[in-house]
Amino acid sequence: MSNILEVKDLKVSYGAIQAIKGITFHIKQGEMVALIGANGAGKTTTLKTLAGMLKPVGGEIVYMGKPLSSIKNYDLVREGLALVPEGRGIFGRLTVTENLEMGAYSRTDSKANIQADIDRMFEIFPRLKERAFQLAGTMSGGEQQMLAISRALMSKPKLLLLDEPSMGLAPIIVQKIFETIREVAKDGVTLLLVEQNAKLALQTCQRAYVMDGGKITLEGDAKELLHDEAVQKAYLGE
Amino acid sequence: MNKTMKYGLLLVLLVALPFIVNATPFLGPTWVRILGYAMLYVMLALGLNIVIGYAGLLDMGYIGFYAVGAYLYAVLSSPHLFENALASGPMDWPFWVVIPLCAIVAGIFGVLLGAPTLKLRGDYLAIVTLGFGEIIRIFMNNLDRPYNLTNGPQGINNINPLHIGTHSLKSTWTLFGLEFTPVINYYLVFLGIVIFVIFLSSRLENSRIGRAWMALREDEIAAEAMGLNKRNIKLLAFGMGATFGGVSGALFSSYQGFVSPESFVLMESIMILAMVVLGGMGSISGVVIGAVILSVMPELFRDVVNAIQPVLVNNITFISEDTLRNVLDASTLRMLVFGLAMVLVMRYRPEGLWPSARRRQELHDKDEEPFDSAHYVKETSHAKISADEPDNRDTTGEGR
Repeated sequence: MSNILEVKDLKVSYGAIQAIKGITFHIKQGEMVALIGANGAGKTTTLKTLAGMLKPVGGEIVYMGKPLSSIKNYDLVREGLALVPEGRGIFGRLTVTENLEMGAYSRTDSKANIQADIDRMFEIFPRLKERAFQLAGTMSGGEQQMLAISRALMSKPKLLLLDEPSMGLAPIIVQKIFETIREVAKDGVTLLLVEQNAKLALQTCQRAYVMDGGKITLEGDAKELLHDEAVQKAYLGE
Repeated sequence: MNKTMKYGLLLVLLVALPFIVNATPFLGPTWVRILGYAMLYVMLALGLNIVIGYAGLLDMGYIGFYAVGAYLYAVLSSPHLFENALASGPMDWPFWVVIPLCAIVAGIFGVLLGAPTLKLRGDYLAIVTLGFGEIIRIFMNNLDRPYNLTNGPQGINNINPLHIGTHSLKSTWTLFGLEFTPVINYYLVFLGIVIFVIFLSSRLENSRIGRAWMALREDEIAAEAMGLNKRNIKLLAFGMGATFGGVSGALFSSYQGFVSPESFVLMESIMILAMVVLGGMGSISGVVIGAVILSVMPELFRDVVNAIQPVLVNNITFISEDTLRNVLDASTLRMLVFGLAMVLVMRYRPEGLWPSARRRQELHDKDEEPFDSAHYVKETSHAKISADEPDNRDTTGEGR
C-alpha cells in the first residue's frame, strides 16, 4: 500500500518557541494511525500544520504525492483531506442539516447524492436525525462531536484528521463515537487520530506514534504499544 | 387564508396606503414623502443585514455606500459637471444605466473596504469601517478642488428625477380617476424595488452563498476546513451589501433632487445599524419592521411634540418658558426616547422585534423545552448503551 501522507523532519514554531522539533512519520492508505502524548507534546500543532492552519518552518509534508504547501487551505478538502477541529467547530446557529450541507460545500455532484449522504449520516447517528432541524449549538457535547465527525465525512474525505474526539465527553459517549470511527474506517477512510486518551486510541488504531516535547519518542504497532511498559508508565499510569 | 392570499392582501394594502395617507387630513403629502423615505431605509437596512445579519461582519461605515450611490447619480443626472466645465452638456444618463452603475460602483467600493479588513472581526472591524464611512463623507466635502466633482459642503442641486424621456416621476398623472402625485409615484416605484430586494434577500439567505456566510460567521476555521474561500465569501458579502446601499443612494438622490455630505454622517450609519438590530439581525421581516419603525417614529414623534409643546408652554408657569421650550424640543426629546426605547428593547427582547427562527431559538433556549431529548433515547439505537447507564440524565444534563 502506498503512503497517503508522508511527513519528513517537520518543524513548527510559534514565534521563538519551537513546538515541533523535527518529526517524521507516514500514514498508509486505509490505515488508522493514532498520535498520542501528554498536553503540550505537540499533537494538535502537528494536526493544525497538516490542515494548513500553521506554516512549518522546516521539513516537508507530502500528501498524495504532492507537497502540502502547494495546496491552498480551502482546497484541502477538495483534495480529500478533512479535519474535525479541536473543540468541534460546529456552526452553532445553523441547524444540524445545514451543518451537514456545509460539510458537502466542496462537492460538485448532485443534490440527490448529497441528500443520500445526509441520510446515511443520520443512519450512523440516529440522534442527529432527531435533531435534524435543531440549531447545532443547542445540542449536547456528544451530539456536537457526532455532528462534527459526520460533517467532515460529508466531504467524502480520503484522509480524516480527528483532533481529540473524546474531549470533555462522558465515557459512554466516547465509546459510541469510537465505535463509529472504527466503522467509518472500514469504509476505506484513512484516519489520523490525535488523542489524550491513549488507551482508547491504541485500542482503536492499528499503528501509533507517541509524542513528547515536540518529538516522536516511540512508534509501532498499537497493540504492542498498549502493552509497552514505557508507554504504560508515562501515559496510562498503570 | 393561505400564504399567497395573505401576501396579495398585504401588497394591495401597501399600494393603497399612499392614496389613503394622501387623502387623510393631518397627514397628506408630507407623510407620503416620509413613507417614501421609509422605503429607502428598508433597502439600506436589508443591505446591511446581509453584511451584519448573515455574514456577521460589523460594518459601521455602511452609509458610505449610500453616499457613493447618491453622488454618482447626482453627478450623472444634473447639470453640475457641465456648469463646472467638466462635461460638454448637462448630464442626463438614463436611469436604467445609472442605477445599475451606482449598484456596481458601490459594490466595488464595498469590496475595496472589505479587502483590507479581511483579517478583522467584531469591534476592530467596526472601527475600521467607521473610519471608511467618514473618509467617504470627507471626500465628498472636499472634492470641489482641484476639479469640482461634488461641489463640497454646498452639495449638488438640480438633480433630475427618475424619468423616461419627458415622462418624469415628478409630474402628476391621472389614471382610473386616481391622482398620482410625485410623492405617490416615488413611493410606488420604491415599493416595487423594495419587494425585489426582499425577494433577493430571501433567495440569498437560503442559498449556498447564504449558508457559507453564516458558516463563516459561526466559525472561520471550521468554515475554511469545509472548503470555502474565506476571502471571496467575505468580499462578496461586503460587495452585495454595498450594492443595495448604492441603489438606495441613487434613488435618494433622485427623490430629493439635492445631495450634500450632511446626509451621510455617522449618525445615519448608526441608525441603520439600530434598525437591523431592533428588528432582528438576519430576519428579513424583522429588519423591514425595524427600518419602518425607526424612520417613521421620529416624524410621528415630532408631530406629537409640536402639537403638545404650545399647550404646555402656555400652561406651565413654574418653569421658565425658555427652559421648557428647550426641553420640549422635538429633536432633543427624540434622542432621549429613542435611546430609552433601544435600551428597553435590548433588555427585554435582545433577539429583536421580529427575530428569525434561529435567533429566537438561540436566545430563548431556556424559556421553553424545545425538545424532550431524554424521552427519545430509549427508542433509538442508543438504548443499548443507555440501558446499562444509570438513569441520571436529568441531573447531569447529558442528552441535551
